[in-house]
Amino acid sequence: MKEYGKIIVTGAIVGIIAVILTVMGNPGNMGFCIACFLRDMAGAVKLHSAPIVQYFRPEIVGLVVGAFIASFGFKEFKSCGGSSPVTRFIIGFIVMVGALMFLGCPLRMMLRIGGGDLNAIIGLFGFIVGILCGIFALNKGFSLKRAYSLEKAEGVAFTASTVFLFVIFIAVPSLFVFSESGPGSMRAPIIASLVAGLIVGVLAQRTRLCMVGGIRDAVMFKDFYLISGFIAIAVFAFIGNAIVGKLAIGFAGQPVAHTDGLWNFLGMALAGWGCILLGGCPLRQLILAGSGNSDSAISVIGMIAGAAFCHNFSLASSTDGPSANGKIAVIIGFIVIAIISVVNIKRGESK
Amino acid sequence: MEILDARGLACPEPVIMVQQAAKKSNDFEIVVDNNIAVQNITRFCNNKGFSIDKKEENGDFKLHIVKK
Repeated sequence: MKEYGKIIVTGAIVGIIAVILTVMGNPGNMGFCIACFLRDMAGAVKLHSAPIVQYFRPEIVGLVVGAFIASFGFKEFKSCGGSSPVTRFIIGFIVMVGALMFLGCPLRMMLRIGGGDLNAIIGLFGFIVGILCGIFALNKGFSLKRAYSLEKAEGVAFTASTVFLFVIFIAVPSLFVFSESGPGSMRAPIIASLVAGLIVGVLAQRTRLCMVGGIRDAVMFKDFYLISGFIAIAVFAFIGNAIVGKLAIGFAGQPVAHTDGLWNFLGMALAGWGCILLGGCPLRQLILAGSGNSDSAISVIGMIAGAAFCHNFSLASSTDGPSANGKIAVIIGFIVIAIISVVNIKRGESK
Repeated sequence: MEILDARGLACPEPVIMVQQAAKKSNDFEIVVDNNIAVQNITRFCNNKGFSIDKKEENGDFKLHIVKK
């Protein structure tokens, strides 16, 4: 029960910190959103030029560095990689296509639920269906094969690159592009964002907090450890939003969200399925990348590339709803994810 | 006694291997190479009524799993 206590407290802290970040300036129900923040960072370094979603989010730096510190401190830092890296890049890309159809990663989905956004409940149903598709593949023997130990420098490279970019962001901000309106212009102070990311990065590394892992483990193993943290995030974000007067229950007019139920459902179904194949949600991939896992690092880089494509080719939804291109991309994403699921099933391993 | 090798496999594959092995055997070993897999497998064994004995060897963890 002590173990459960830790992850519930972690979920509670994540939910409360997320609300505090929105009070301090982040967009509504977006204290944390790995998909949105990676998308903003892609825009900040001009990988895309959508003017309303460009900012270098210190929360991401904090998450990666927090995980790095915790994994080193507890002797869990391990440089490893080589488990189907190109496939992981493609899955990361597709997860981002699904997340930006919905307008949020699985973590933001829970924060949106905690803010009273009922569209996110529909997203959650889609997320569960996507996870069940992924579980079906796992039970048939899906595997991206083994990772192998690598030199320590390889494991440190992702965190070092993130810190390097952050130093440039602080020292020469004029090199970056920052939104003057829209979600990218809404930011908590840099130090608050960084510290929030560091705290959550440490806690997520220690507790293994993962949004897809929660539902997956509950379904596959009747293990309710991870899902406890997952639920705590929404519950405490709900309480926090109620306290600060940001709770707004309904479908219409929700911050950085749209009301197209079908595509909210499908977007999160795609993200959920992809995340199961990766072994964890976008937050978990960031935490593992900070802990020396190159396979997770390449998955995150796939997400960043996906985010840039989503805005360069009008695949991402807006508050008005999904785009035609985005719908086509999600359908193609399902086809590709299904192919990846089938071709990576080990022969004779059906369970 | 069957010895499973789950080194380098991503979450949740080591637990799936244990789940499958537990259907066929009441006494087996699995080798993993990270603490996360150890914790996941330990939680699974505690929930399913298996005892688990851990030995660390050259950075890997050998887990001996026996039905209680």
